[in-house]
Amino acid sequence: MRLTEDHHDFRSSVRHFVDTVVNPHVDEWEHDGAFPAHDLFPKAAAVGLLGIEYDPAYGGLGADHSFQLVACEELGRLRSAGVGMAIGVQSMMATPSLAELGTDAQKTEFLAPAIAGTAVAAIAVTEPDTGSDVARLRTRARRDGDDWVISGRKTFITNGTQADWICLLARTSDEGGYKGISQILVPTTTPGFSVSRRLTKLGNHASDTAELVFDDVRVPVANTIGEVGRGFQQQMQQFVVERMYAAYVTVGQCDRALEQTRRFALERTVFGGPLASKQYVAFRLAELQAQVDLLRSHNRQTCEARIAGEDITRMASVAKLTAGRLVREVADTCLQFHGGMGYVEETWTSRFFRDARLASIGGGADEVMLQVLARLDGLPA
Amino acid sequence: MKIVVCVKFAPDSTAPRKFSSDDTVDRVSVDGILSELDENAVEEALKIRESAASDAEVVVLTMGPEQARTAITKTLQMGADAGVHVVDDAIHGSDSIASSRVLAAALERTGFDLAVCGMASTDGGMSVVPAMLAERLGVPQLTMASEVKVDGTAVTIRRDGEVATETVEATMPLVLSVTDAANEPRYPSFKGIMAAKKKPVEELTLGDLGVDAGEVGSAAAWTTVESIEERPARTAGTIVTDDGTGADQLVAFLAERKFV
Repeated sequence: MRLTEDHHDFRSSVRHFVDTVVNPHVDEWEHDGAFPAHDLFPKAAAVGLLGIEYDPAYGGLGADHSFQLVACEELGRLRSAGVGMAIGVQSMMATPSLAELGTDAQKTEFLAPAIAGTAVAAIAVTEPDTGSDVARLRTRARRDGDDWVISGRKTFITNGTQADWICLLARTSDEGGYKGISQILVPTTTPGFSVSRRLTKLGNHASDTAELVFDDVRVPVANTIGEVGRGFQQQMQQFVVERMYAAYVTVGQCDRALEQTRRFALERTVFGGPLASKQYVAFRLAELQAQVDLLRSHNRQTCEARIAGEDITRMASVAKLTAGRLVREVADTCLQFHGGMGYVEETWTSRFFRDARLASIGGGADEVMLQVLARLDGLPA
Repeated sequence: MKIVVCVKFAPDSTAPRKFSSDDTVDRVSVDGILSELDENAVEEALKIRESAASDAEVVVLTMGPEQARTAITKTLQMGADAGVHVVDDAIHGSDSIASSRVLAAALERTGFDLAVCGMASTDGGMSVVPAMLAERLGVPQLTMASEVKVDGTAVTIRRDGEVATETVEATMPLVLSVTDAANEPRYPSFKGIMAAKKKPVEELTLGDLGVDAGEVGSAAAWTTVESIEERPARTAGTIVTDDGTGADQLVAFLAERKFV
């Protein structure tokens, strides 16, 4: 897939947004443990970041997936993975099912303000006892007339303390397993909804992460996305988009990290010459950049397949698995080559190192990706 | 209201810049962009259009090689309505006097209520073209505005000088130049990028403007560049080791160069 002048221009705009609107504030947000989503998202929306592929009737750009790829690569250059992730949740994790399967009324009420950045969205799947094994989730929505009455707990919810609405995955029948699960739109102003805890994490400090409680939360059955009982399958498709976010953003993160480390290695003098003149250092940096280039190529091929309407489950899983491992290796190497300075908080490598760790856990852990791939290869994993 | 913004295609100030063999700024083989200070001019024009009581149009005017089209494209992506590009081999090497001759002729051809310029170009940096345009066109000039207010055809600016802040007012048609303090230029959105493809850009030659080739270009320039030398490579500098007389050595160093 070759990118055009339009992609290049859009990339410049997103880079400008990252450099001038976001990056100057991330140190403060990292320190505060949250970024002001209601202030930042309308600015992200003005560039077009929150509804790239969505219907212009709801404020989307109506562009194809390749512009999403470009946007994510640039969001990877953000000096805080947490802020990029929060934008990713809004645009590629909490909203794809709604955009694809939602009714006009649902899209008007929930999608349009999310695209405009006036409403903050979150996706709630994981529960205190249920992470990767999604089919074990226990949050229950019982039908009462035209309403769902929801009870349960969700955890590790990005944007959770600031969200205006939540794309909730809940059990709507007693069939068990992956059957009888539905995706339900829940406004956070609904009585019975509460944020029980804001979680302190290893990294992604600028992004708020919450544990949520649903205590007899009553929302209309009309808030169900797509088909009642098909939520598991719908969420699996939504996860595919989420994986592409992770894979695309990794390329931007690694490009920036390797650029900065190359520059450092050229300037830093050690044993009578620049650090970069040591063959080990130069070769390691070259090899990691080569791996980033391979991921970039794979991402673009996956992007092309998605635009063509092909099933990209396998390609997206390969991308996510590769990205998670690669960004951790790049972060570790960049920190190592900065030596003691790499370990102090004032050097960018520290934050990058701790933020990168999530890449192999969030959005489908490495082991889940391997399970998907093993099963696709016919192995009984 | 017709607002015409004069913009320049200048070498990217963050990339390596060089000169051509005829000692003119190389605008062809280097990365060129819309001169950053002209973004403020475009932004001001767009703001005036957006707050105008009646229909207003923003046309962007540039002169320069084919590549200068990218500067126009950027302004159309920001929201300008149309572009005018004066392309003619004879323009090459024009000084600011000749540039103002071409731009004034183009402004007369397009017509304008407000001609807006940036405070300076990021390459030449002379800040003289707005005044020259006003003189050639016989209209008032409101230059170096850090704040602009438009009320009907009356324009009032605030000019922050080194010793005083002036308020200057004039009536359209006029030439306005704005500083980088006047506003925060917008960046093209995706919608702007797509919309720009459908906006008209007119290409004109000197002939179209009735400007004689002999009036412009290197040969007509009022100044000539006799030679260009590269800046000498940085030297290692002086390192003062403090052996108890460090402060004295620093003072002597600065005094010798008349800094203290």
